[in-house]
Amino acid sequence: MTTTEHPPTRVHKERTWVGQSIRRLEDPKFLLGKGGYIDDMRVRGMLHAALVRSPHAHARITSIDTSAAKALPGVFAVVTGAEAAEITNPMPDFGPAADKHVWRCLAVDKVRYVGEGVVAVLAESRYVAEDAADLVRVEYDLLEAVVDPEKAARDGAPLVHDALGSNVAYERTFQFGDVDGDFAAADVVVKDRLRWRRSGGQPLETVGAIASFDRGTGMMTINTNTLSFTSYLFMLAGTLQIPDNKLDVIPHPAGGSFGSKLFATKVSAIAGMLSKVSGRPVKYVEDRIDNLANCDHHGSDRVYDVELALTRAGIMTSLRIKTVDDYGAYIQFGVGHHGNALAQVTGPYRIKSVEYGVTAVLTNKCQQGAYRGFGSEVNNWMLERMVDMAAKELDLDPVEIRRRNFIGKDEFPYFIPTGNVYDSGDYEAVLDKALELADLDHWRAEQAKARAEGRYIGIGLVTCQERSVFSATEFWFWFDEPAAPVTSMPESVTLRVGALGDITATLYSCAFWGNSPETMVAQLVAEEFGCEPHAVSVVYAGTRNGLPATGPGGSRTTVMLAGAVEGAAERIKDKAIKVAEHLLEASPDDLEWADGGVQVKGSPEQRKSLGDIAIQTHLFKHSLPEEIESGLEASKVYDHPYTTMPSADRKNLGVFYPFVGHACHIPIVEVDAQTGEVRFLKYIAVHDCGTLVNPRSLAGHITGGTVQGIGTALHEEYVYGAEDGNLLTQSYMDYLIPTAMEAPEFVIGHCETPSPWTPHGIKGGGEGGRMMAPAAIAAAIDDALAPLGVRATELPATPARIVGWIEAAGGA
Amino acid sequence: MRIATTVNGVRYERDVEPRTLLVDFLREDLDLVGTHIGCEHGVCGTCTVLMNGETIRSCITFAVQADGQEITTVESLANGAMHPLQEAFWEKQGLQCGYCTPGMLLRASEILAENPDPTREEVKAGLASNLCRCTGYAFIVDAVLDAAERMRTEARA
Repeated sequence: MTTTEHPPTRVHKERTWVGQSIRRLEDPKFLLGKGGYIDDMRVRGMLHAALVRSPHAHARITSIDTSAAKALPGVFAVVTGAEAAEITNPMPDFGPAADKHVWRCLAVDKVRYVGEGVVAVLAESRYVAEDAADLVRVEYDLLEAVVDPEKAARDGAPLVHDALGSNVAYERTFQFGDVDGDFAAADVVVKDRLRWRRSGGQPLETVGAIASFDRGTGMMTINTNTLSFTSYLFMLAGTLQIPDNKLDVIPHPAGGSFGSKLFATKVSAIAGMLSKVSGRPVKYVEDRIDNLANCDHHGSDRVYDVELALTRAGIMTSLRIKTVDDYGAYIQFGVGHHGNALAQVTGPYRIKSVEYGVTAVLTNKCQQGAYRGFGSEVNNWMLERMVDMAAKELDLDPVEIRRRNFIGKDEFPYFIPTGNVYDSGDYEAVLDKALELADLDHWRAEQAKARAEGRYIGIGLVTCQERSVFSATEFWFWFDEPAAPVTSMPESVTLRVGALGDITATLYSCAFWGNSPETMVAQLVAEEFGCEPHAVSVVYAGTRNGLPATGPGGSRTTVMLAGAVEGAAERIKDKAIKVAEHLLEASPDDLEWADGGVQVKGSPEQRKSLGDIAIQTHLFKHSLPEEIESGLEASKVYDHPYTTMPSADRKNLGVFYPFVGHACHIPIVEVDAQTGEVRFLKYIAVHDCGTLVNPRSLAGHITGGTVQGIGTALHEEYVYGAEDGNLLTQSYMDYLIPTAMEAPEFVIGHCETPSPWTPHGIKGGGEGGRMMAPAAIAAAIDDALAPLGVRATELPATPARIVGWIEAAGGA
Repeated sequence: MRIATTVNGVRYERDVEPRTLLVDFLREDLDLVGTHIGCEHGVCGTCTVLMNGETIRSCITFAVQADGQEITTVESLANGAMHPLQEAFWEKQGLQCGYCTPGMLLRASEILAENPDPTREEVKAGLASNLCRCTGYAFIVDAVLDAAERMRTEARA
């Protein structure tokens, strides 16, 4: 590929509002307890749903007796999975072979994991609905549970889906570059087996929906805290057997998502199905057990066998990755998670070739979906584990081996072996800043002192990528003949300047989920028009008549909305200049946009403000030339700015995740060798996400994402019983989320290497610290326990696992 | 059962089922939806309200237990202007999705009522009762310390 195929390089202007840590526009309503979450809403005539969940991991449903439940006063409907299947289609599934692992809103014939919905009950209150759920009698014929993903992939394993004839939903090995040659030429090859166990977003607010089906009009309105539906509305419409022009999905603020409310369809499908059955508005809000056991989105669950080839001098040349990923009982996004991994599979390093083998396995567990990183954070952890192993093997300092392999700041744009491009970066600068903030000399001295006292202090260091702004190809380049080779994932904005000059921005399919879309858009609008950001009003549109929009995810929101705001603003300014031509009696060549208005070049006293122009367009149209229409409003549909198609042989996947940030994390920990407890003494995190829109908001994603990463690394796991497949972590008593006491004291730094291809040079950063923290913490544990010969190859590194490693290595 | 309870200074007399949870009573019977439901097990602190000035978890408290008691929810914090805690949370961005925020604010108000000048460590230990999934707590701790200063200044004035 040649550089001429890149998008045009932008010249970034001076900025006024972009880059300021302003107070968020979103916050006052939440601080006052008036957030407007989905469960806060009530509709006249609304009924409430609850589910009967499967207590078994794998069983055939032999009979269901709903008579006692139906007889309970206040119960309106009791719907079995088979009955639901008569009025709904299967849930969206990106394949392959979606017809062979059919996913439905309620189980039919067979249950495939503990917690799967079997019967839905609709009643006048949630209390009565749960009473009735207890009265439903379901008989099961138990089947052997498929729990271990590697055993599941073997011949003769019990089948999760009989129609598939195997538990392997997808398997393929890709080669990018001359892997065999590079391995043959290597001086050193390090190998390891690594295990990343499943955790998930676990937002404090569960998924909920209120569905209202109007039998008179055929219109289905769904208010919900999930999102990303505008461009893909037809999928949910298909599930509900509703024409997509009769479905409106209205977003509500989400009380946290972290990916887990991205395109969460099951709750809306159940509520919609029950509203069709009853003709009444239906609220279904998951309870916590539903969300732990039966949500749409558990995180990655992988076994890795990895080999890394190097020269004697520590130059990494090639990677061989073989991964088995436990997808649970259904597959909704195909293996898109591994597309995320392939976007940055070689990290910030000049590795020449990669082999990537992926086996997606079906088991009797809740299905995988999205969790902050979407599988690329797992790749970061795997790669950094291997880099540290190589450093140890070659007796190189972890900092030094990274410096020797970094892509240099003058080598961008840089194509990695998979075909994806990294737009820009300065990895040395990020590392240097992190080292400067970390004061490692001090901590090495503390470490030595501690060791003399029999205590174990460790310093971890990782340098990881954060790809941002996915394009659609990563969901289908897996297949030689993809069913739906989609090409763009757009995002849209409408800007409206009112008669008095106040600006309203309408967002499509971009609900609030703890990020700052209003603040960010307001800052971008303020940058364009010179207004005060807090004067901008932001509207979250429903899907009906919505412009093309994909919604948040893969750290895409800021870049995509910046492109849309820029495009809509340009259209408004063009019109404003036309109006000003008339008002100022000047030729367009003599006019310029400046300081929030239009002025005659060189004569700033001859100017019209945006307000002056807006009122003319709204109220005095007939004073303007014929061709100028009333009003001052413009929309922009911003398509993915840089996507190229994969090659037919899939030896090159094209460009699909081009805006690539970078970070260095350095946690300092103390590990108690007796109890296995890991305590943070300090945590240094330096991120480079290109130009920052709101540094404090990004810092919040760094700290928040890091603490989620601490959960992933040390505490959180959906534990399924090895034999019976029972979910052992069905409450927050067992699924352990970090508290303030587990959170470290942070030192945050920012570097800003602008992207050459995005407005203002912005890159996405929303997935924040979770991209790096698991890798960094594993490195810190290794360093702490180096005298004992421990290597952290599995996460979460719970106290029991750490003590086990220490014992296996001969004890403390 | 008939209960009489004072919520945010207003006296209510209501019939409730004995099994009705306080959080459902507040949200469904009184329309005070600022108190949120998180884990439903008394672990996460999202549903925190004050009973007679002390924090309780309204998801594991029955409405009947509020009979004759005084309940305070997030809705009462701002009195025209925002409470200093709310101002500080806004200024320091001590929230992202806002869902844990009402519980955090009420817990923080209790921490500061007990100790108007806490150390950072004391604030962290105090807030460990309440989960936040977004922020990593750093900015919440900053906000509580900032609020403490604001409240001490107000008290002196």
